[in-house]
Amino acid sequence: MSPAVSARDLTRRFGDFTAVDRVTFDVEAGRIFGFLGPNGAGKTTTIRMLIGLLVPTSGEGHVDGLDIRTESEAIKLRIGYMSQLFSLYGDLTVDENIRFFAGLYGVTGERLARRRVAVLALAGLAAEHDRLTADLPLGFKQRLALGCAVIHEPPLLFLDEPTSGVDPVSRRAFWDLIYGLADRGTPVFVSTHYMEEAEYCHRLALMNRGRVIALDTPAALRALMTEPLLEITTDHGPAVAQLLQGAPGVIEAAMFGRDVHVMVHDADAAARDLPALLAATGHAVRGVQPVRPSLEDVFVALVRREGGAVAG
Amino acid sequence: MRPTLSLGRLLAVSRKEVLHLRRDPRSLGLAFVLPAIMILAFGWVISFDIRHITMAVYDEDQSQASRALVDAFTASSYFVVTDHLDRYGDAAPLLDRGAVRLVLVIPPRFQARLSGGGPAPVQALVDGSDANTATIALAYARGIVTAYATRAVLGARRVTPPLRAETRVWYNEELKSSNMIVPGLIAVVMMIIAAMLTSLTIAKEWERGTMEQLASTPVHPVEVVLGKLLPYLGIGMIDVLVTGFIGDVVFAVPFRGSFLFFVGASFFFLIGALGIGLAISAATKSQMLAMQVAMVATYLPSFLLSGFMFDVAAMPKALQAIALFVPARYYITAVRGIFLKGVGPHVLWPYGLGMILFGVAGLALAARAFKKEIG
Repeated sequence: MSPAVSARDLTRRFGDFTAVDRVTFDVEAGRIFGFLGPNGAGKTTTIRMLIGLLVPTSGEGHVDGLDIRTESEAIKLRIGYMSQLFSLYGDLTVDENIRFFAGLYGVTGERLARRRVAVLALAGLAAEHDRLTADLPLGFKQRLALGCAVIHEPPLLFLDEPTSGVDPVSRRAFWDLIYGLADRGTPVFVSTHYMEEAEYCHRLALMNRGRVIALDTPAALRALMTEPLLEITTDHGPAVAQLLQGAPGVIEAAMFGRDVHVMVHDADAAARDLPALLAATGHAVRGVQPVRPSLEDVFVALVRREGGAVAG
Repeated sequence: MRPTLSLGRLLAVSRKEVLHLRRDPRSLGLAFVLPAIMILAFGWVISFDIRHITMAVYDEDQSQASRALVDAFTASSYFVVTDHLDRYGDAAPLLDRGAVRLVLVIPPRFQARLSGGGPAPVQALVDGSDANTATIALAYARGIVTAYATRAVLGARRVTPPLRAETRVWYNEELKSSNMIVPGLIAVVMMIIAAMLTSLTIAKEWERGTMEQLASTPVHPVEVVLGKLLPYLGIGMIDVLVTGFIGDVVFAVPFRGSFLFFVGASFFFLIGALGIGLAISAATKSQMLAMQVAMVATYLPSFLLSGFMFDVAAMPKALQAIALFVPARYYITAVRGIFLKGVGPHVLWPYGLGMILFGVAGLALAARAFKKEIG
């Protein structure tokens, strides 16, 4: 079976700036494929090229077997898309937005009645179908946008940072919806800059500065990181991270929440030496323990291995 | 492969546009009220009929004949004598201040010269800073003086000149300027209003970010353009009828031609003008800019190069060439023809055809300008 989405050396330049640089990947059906990277990594540009909103500068891509250069309008019939910013009509009611997009996708009559109920249920807005969309909380606006994107039951779904700006609880609920859609066989192509959201994806492409720097399952990506990792609990996080950057035995030190994650050559030696080193410079350390690397650690390590800096 | 056009998608766009309009009653109200206000305001302000021109008299003769000449001026409704001067030098300050437009100077021995068989010259000083009014005032003054001279020479005797021109003015018998202005004004106002109405619609989608969602659907540019145009075409047609009604009733401009032809020509003219507004909106992607471009692109040409105020045939060749491409020009000719001459398709068919061409061109321009690419 051919992949649902494939890209070969997909490239897009804006003047001198290369937003997406020779990106290559395949997405299988029925899975959640994630694009993880900071703002400006090229996630949005890649998605826009795939769904025909942007013409690639070079390279090629196929969506559901259709060429993104020559068959973009046919692709648009088969995909649902949700853009980064809220892009429904605020001065229309929930129902009117649903009916508008249903009209554009040719969903009418009995099918419209059925899909309308399904979308309202999906968005959790059955009781509020007469409310103006502008008056809804952001979390519900995003759920409605997702609902409108699947009004025509597309075989493929593209979501560009669907949860950006949404509170953590709503984000969690939103991912439950994405899971539900993927479980029913719709491949979902989703971009995010939230590292913890990336864990929900079946496969993941890590993007930085227009390039895909790694592509695998979250577990396999974590396994890429062979060096041990220590978590240092301290009240002086930023100062400690800076101090340890370049300290003996340390490969990389970076903030992780309020703690500092330190990639080292030898975990036992570092756990013994580093607290002493920090104490000597007047920084109290409340704890040092080895941890399983998160995707954020992997991301930082991979960017370092490439010899580059994190964009954004 | 491009999906074919779908009426369902077109109507979905139209329905949405109607909803936007209904949620924004102020703009909707403006769309109906503004043309009426413009017709009334311009109709009253722009008038070439000049009456009650203020004038002063410096009568050095103080005779029966000189007083009779002044009476001839007062008797016509064109002039009002506001000042009688004692010195010639008083004339200049009055003209400077604009207190009077014309000063009539009657030299000494006016009556004596007249009874001696002439010539008995009189002087008229005219404020030429407003050339239009000056020309008309001068023409009135000449007419009054000539009539007076004829009576003075011939006295009570009645003569029949061997040659006499019988003039008849057709189409606008009383030479009322409102008869000429109002039909043209309908065209100018509709051009401006139509382009402004649609100039916001596509730019608004860009500014609000809804364009990205719209562009990701299979909707065709022609469906978007026609779908957005339809509701405004409805508003525009109502505006045409309202302004036409105001012209007919308030300004008493006769409507002599075919109503159906008027509606038909207006229909296609509006499509063209609305299409231009959409094209500007799609190209600028900014509501503010679109509004300004639409204003400049429609206002100036339809005011100046359409034959509304100035005869195109009297313009320099370069401007005449530009005027060939001003759609309002053809619509004005058609509307004036329908209102005043009462002519129909048998005479105006080239203009009707021109309107259809303009309509199609406006739509094509808008569909081309509408891009589904998000940068």
